[in-house]
Amino acid sequence: MNMAYKLLALAAGMALLGGCATKQTSLYQWENYQPEVYEYFKAKTGPEEQIAKLEESLEKIRAKGHVPPPGFHAHLGMLYAQVGSADKAIPEFKTEKELFPESATYMDRLLSKYSK
Amino acid sequence: MMRKIFFKLGILCCAVALVTGCASPPKPYDYTAFKASRPHSILVLPPLNDSPEVAAPYGVYAQVTLPLAESGYYVFPVTLVDETFKQNGLTAAGDIHAVAPAKLREIFGADAALYITITKYGAVYTVLSSEVIVSAKARLVDLKTGNLLWEGKASASSEEGKNNNAGGIIGMLVTAVVNQVINNVTDSSYPVAGTASSRLLFAHPNGMLYGPRSPSYQSEQ
Repeated sequence: MNMAYKLLALAAGMALLGGCATKQTSLYQWENYQPEVYEYFKAKTGPEEQIAKLEESLEKIRAKGHVPPPGFHAHLGMLYAQVGSADKAIPEFKTEKELFPESATYMDRLLSKYSK
Repeated sequence: MMRKIFFKLGILCCAVALVTGCASPPKPYDYTAFKASRPHSILVLPPLNDSPEVAAPYGVYAQVTLPLAESGYYVFPVTLVDETFKQNGLTAAGDIHAVAPAKLREIFGADAALYITITKYGAVYTVLSSEVIVSAKARLVDLKTGNLLWEGKASASSEEGKNNNAGGIIGMLVTAVVNQVINNVTDSSYPVAGTASSRLLFAHPNGMLYGPRSPSYQSEQ
């Protein structure tokens, strides 16, 4: 189908293979997603700083062909929207929806809000 | 003499009660509603906080995604969910927990919602040490029917790492399976909240069932 699905299938395949080698592997590569979410709630770091850190993490995740966790792209999209870059926010919401079709209703809601 | 015998009998009875108590396994959770619903996506609502620690909801809410996502569910982005409620004038978790399931489903398109209440969070000082404890309970509700699918509770302490064998299989699982960055967070309650969240929400017997994205989906009998 599309690239995201292929990546996901690949990751799942690798996870299965890894599973045979006695060690369980995780579904997603988490990096600093949860600590950044914590920082966001505490309002300790500004959106620009968070964007830089998360983009760096995304590069690491992509380099390994892994998948970021649910919410990663959406959180990044929200940060871009907060600094006034709707043009960068929209692709992030679209990627979240592509990787996780379960988010479609909510992502469409956000997309229609920021596409105006 | 007679009294002594009664006393001994009493002790025997207690011992028997204890032994049989241990022998019978804990009552298995009734998953009928859960298995009929089989949610794919979970909307975790901002947690209710019954602890005196103001930052408690952040510490827990920031760490619920990992155990649920690794168990096979889509978890709605908690920061955006929080913002969406705020933009609609809902800032208190109590008000958010009172929103009708149908309304939540309409806005987010989620299959189920998770209602968390934090019961303990932070340092408990005793004579010899200061211990950090985090305890929470959760209810998973189907947003189509409003039915309760599962409920459970969990607790974690900063002291348990000091004994061998503590942490349990789920604690080990988290460290072994998930490679995530935690080093830039310095407060002592945050990692304990992470352990409590994992214990509460990772799929395990009598806990959450595996979700559709997990290779172990529907592996439970």
